[in-house]
Amino acid sequence: MNKIDNLFQTKGNDILSIYFTAGFPNLDDTTAILQQLQDSGADMVEVGIPFSDPMADGVVIQESSHHALQNGMNLDILFEQLEKIKANITMPIILMGYLNPVFKYGMEKFCKRCISAGVSGVIIPDLPIELYIKDYATIFAKSNLFYIPLVTPQTPDQRIEMLGRESKGFVYMVSTASITGSRPNLENSSDYFLRVRKILPDTPLLIGFGIQDASSFNTASKYANGGIIGTAFIKAVKEVSDQVDYKHALCQKADDFIKNIRGN
Amino acid sequence: MTAHYLKISSGKTKNTHKMEESIYNIDKDGFYGDFGGAFIPEMLQPNVDELLESYLRIMDESDFKKELRMLLTDFAGRPSPLYFAPRLSAHYKSKIFLKREDLNHTGSHKINNALGQILLAERLGKKRIIAETGAGQHGVATATVCALKGLECIVYMGATDVERQAPNVARMRMLGAKVVPVTSGNKTLKDATNEAIRDWISNPADTHYIIGSVVGPHPYPDLVARFQSIISEEMLEQLTEKIGRPYPDAIIACVGGGSNAAGAFYHYINNPNVKLFGAEGAGKGADTPETAATMAVGSIGILHGSKILLMQDKYGQITEPYSISAGLDYPGVGPMHSHLHATGRVTYLPITDTEALDAALELTRLEGIIPALESSHALAVLNKIKLTPEMNVVINLSGRGDKDMDTYTSYFGFDNE
Ligand SMILES: Cc1ncc(COP(=O)(O)O)c(C=O)c1O
Repeated sequence: MNKIDNLFQTKGNDILSIYFTAGFPNLDDTTAILQQLQDSGADMVEVGIPFSDPMADGVVIQESSHHALQNGMNLDILFEQLEKIKANITMPIILMGYLNPVFKYGMEKFCKRCISAGVSGVIIPDLPIELYIKDYATIFAKSNLFYIPLVTPQTPDQRIEMLGRESKGFVYMVSTASITGSRPNLENSSDYFLRVRKILPDTPLLIGFGIQDASSFNTASKYANGGIIGTAFIKAVKEVSDQVDYKHALCQKADDFIKNIRGN
Repeated sequence: MTAHYLKISSGKTKNTHKMEESIYNIDKDGFYGDFGGAFIPEMLQPNVDELLESYLRIMDESDFKKELRMLLTDFAGRPSPLYFAPRLSAHYKSKIFLKREDLNHTGSHKINNALGQILLAERLGKKRIIAETGAGQHGVATATVCALKGLECIVYMGATDVERQAPNVARMRMLGAKVVPVTSGNKTLKDATNEAIRDWISNPADTHYIIGSVVGPHPYPDLVARFQSIISEEMLEQLTEKIGRPYPDAIIACVGGGSNAAGAFYHYINNPNVKLFGAEGAGKGADTPETAATMAVGSIGILHGSKILLMQDKYGQITEPYSISAGLDYPGVGPMHSHLHATGRVTYLPITDTEALDAALELTRLEGIIPALESSHALAVLNKIKLTPEMNVVINLSGRGDKDMDTYTSYFGFDNE
């Protein structure tokens, strides 16, 4: 069974997923962060594939991508890192990135390497579902790799229904019309969250964009099966300065972050 | 006559309005052969769908057509003359005509598209206009039409371009636009486009994005090409009058994203008697890292919402382009040009900074016309192709050189004469 399905079947709510950019702050931090997030109690991770032109991202993720690329991160290195730690990671890993690096790598090769690296799902914001179905759905199905769609407050009901039906795993509810890094009041979007829940009563839903602390995470858990945190986590690890005990400090920071969100 | 149907499987409305088909053979998903489409995040889907559902219907409405005609004539000063350039012709031993888009109000072809899109935005009930700009010509054109209609205008411009095209920044500000310098990446056109897209994602309901070239997600390339097609539409008549037949032997245009070229080629694309040439910004040379010659060095990829030829590395990261001309300093070319390159219908030639600069001075001294740096790339093609005395050649002179005077002055040393 795909690990994502397994997660939502065994744990219905308060699901915490963390987004971080691969190769940031340093090239080889990816594995340390993954291990620590799992040990600290994150339920799932989204590993960001850095791209030179991240058009749906705010400044924090833009800068982390830029640094990761300067650090030398690329898909070959990322897959090697994930393969190295695969045996230790039980939570689902999702890769999130823009289409061009994946397209250039080759979708078939990309999916193959995802599976051997233990990746369960993929989020490609600029690959609309119609083009996914037309060109890539069969490759994904062969690999048991999930295509996770986004919905937004502007998405019409009929399309929400279609996105739920044509995808697997869960549906990513973008909290407000914005790029990443915005800080909306999630309660203002409650009607929209309830509307999506009504259209997709049986589909796992996670809320992302604008979750930054325990209180906003609790709101997300109230209206969905949990939430996704990106910008706030990246800001936190960015603060870890170069020091003798850098790796330890980084892990400590990640641990504090998760404990703080979980409220313990 | 506006037959919309709902594609039940996707819940997405598709445009089936039967206006005259685009000359560029675009399929229902916006593909020109392998290129094009709408590769957009879900956040932009409603905005793009709204445009897709309405653009052909609105553009076909008689009051729209009437108002656009009136503005193109009385406000922008069209038709732009087709000028036979005698001394340039003598120099190149051929018959050379200049399509004078430089004489349009605001100084370039960009006003054709800006006028069309502001009327579209108005009919869609949009209150806020955003745009990206490189050379500042599209920014000025957009700021101008916003002043004309009393709409709020925000223009994103790379910080590098804010500096090298200062006169246009001042013009936009005088016109009431807010110019936002963009400091990511190389701080040029690509980065300005990223920022404009981010703005559009964050303001989906009240904002129309006036894209300045035949780039971006479908239907933008088609929309912009249609608004620019007035260039070749006028040429049909002007050539008939001047040479006794509606078509020339060759047309040359510069290509940034490709809008002035799309307009100049539009009515000739299916006429095999007309050779078509596009001039790309080669910067220091297409074989150097400092170049924007996408056709020469690019490969297929996805940027800014469509599948196009792109300058990119092995891992699909976009290569920072370079050209002395801000309007050509872009790492891609629109999908129709990517396709016309693949089919071989159009020949694209890389033109270096110095070739363009020299061509600018040559035209100025021979004809008394100071061209924009972008257009100078098209002029430089005269040195690269075989010309004969019988040939009638049209160069699309896309803009005037006022904005480039600092560059010309320092390159030619006019300040120490
Ligand atoms: C005068 C002029 N010509 C050409 C261009 C290039 O754009 P396009 O290829 O869309 O015509 C620009 C862009 O800024 C311009 O200002």
